[in-house]
Amino acid sequence: MINIEEIKRFLIEYTGPKIKLMEVCGTHTGSIVKNGIRSLLSPSIKLVSGPGCPVCVTPSNYIDLLMKYAESKKYAILTFGDLIRVPGTKASLSEAKASGGSVEIIYSPMDAVEIALNNSEKNYVLAAVGFETTIPAYALLLDKLTEMEITNVKLFTSLKTIGPALDWLCKSEPDIDGFIAPGHVASVTGTSVYNYLANKYHKPFCIAGFSAEHILVAIYDLVVQTSNARHEVHNLYRSIVSDKGNPKAMKIIEKYFEPSSVYWRGIGVIDHSGYVLRKAYMDYTIEFPSEEKAILKESNGCRCGEVIIGRIEPKECPLFGKVCTPVNPIGPCMVSHEGTCGIHYNMHE
Amino acid sequence: MCVAISGKVIELKGKIAKVDFSGNIIEVNVSLLDVKVGSYVLVHAGYAVEVVKRELAEELSNLFADLEDVL
Ligand code: SF4
Repeated sequence: MINIEEIKRFLIEYTGPKIKLMEVCGTHTGSIVKNGIRSLLSPSIKLVSGPGCPVCVTPSNYIDLLMKYAESKKYAILTFGDLIRVPGTKASLSEAKASGGSVEIIYSPMDAVEIALNNSEKNYVLAAVGFETTIPAYALLLDKLTEMEITNVKLFTSLKTIGPALDWLCKSEPDIDGFIAPGHVASVTGTSVYNYLANKYHKPFCIAGFSAEHILVAIYDLVVQTSNARHEVHNLYRSIVSDKGNPKAMKIIEKYFEPSSVYWRGIGVIDHSGYVLRKAYMDYTIEFPSEEKAILKESNGCRCGEVIIGRIEPKECPLFGKVCTPVNPIGPCMVSHEGTCGIHYNMHE
Repeated sequence: MCVAISGKVIELKGKIAKVDFSGNIIEVNVSLLDVKVGSYVLVHAGYAVEVVKRELAEELSNLFADLEDVL
């Protein structure tokens, strides 16, 4: 059986054709940078980061709208802490909070139940951002809200599904040879979405955990597969991920949500790449106003759009580390713990 | 993209479990899984996403066997 030393030797001594691999998930990016994985690879193996940071792909005018609700005094905003410093087109929720807007940080969507019950005179907008791992938590919240007839919480959704985004990436960035697939998304969705993409685009996918060993083994797997013209889906995170995922989680998602074509910051609209609430639950949501859907370009020089599809490295953005820092983030990729620019900045400064 | 951590179920009341994350005890919604006291679960945003099927040490030692299996 091969061991980690042999894998390391293989990866540093590799002299085959150039290979470009994408780690889709921001948590993988964090581990790759923290563990210095890139320094363990031959120059012929390139790792690029992907769109798997929910905050980074949330449109700037979504933040603007949340700020408008916060400042209107009609609503209090409930949000995960990650979102609060993400700049909209002008400012962030933290500025809205500083100027008297009501913004509260939650740790779980389910926290909204108690907050709403204890403050029944207030109306809340919950910033429902996330991928398939987080969406069941919003569905569980909706279960509670409907069961307890709580009507003073509305979800403002920016929910994304990774499969259609990877489909878009395979099409528009054909030089990516293989993907380290996000482990925790796969624990909910199962592996079928990757099988579909592997067959359609003839690219290998490897589902991996987040330790340095997992990531090195995944890279080895993808390099071997690419070198042998194989395009299979390999699951190396079997403690968590099963082929069928979590069917109960998928079922509750489908109970409350339906697929929708949604906007990804820096990319644009991707067909059927997100979820919105089903018609029957419209009372529990605030819809994105249709006239707001058109903003396509960031006007502040931020190049997150290219960072999240692996086209450029953070340091290739002229603002990186000069104008844009974690203290003064210009784009979302500098804010989130899972944002590629912030991860690179924090590791090198 | 979706940071999640695993902990051990130490108490179970209906759909709510008390989960021990190395000494920090947190209430977690477990309604999307079948769990028992003693199960390890992966938790994200206040709910248990999946039962952890083998412990970390075992996971790492099996990693290379799994690789051999698929490659
Ligand atoms: S360095 Fe800042 S401005 Fe440049 S791409 Fe990253 S987040 Fe955007």
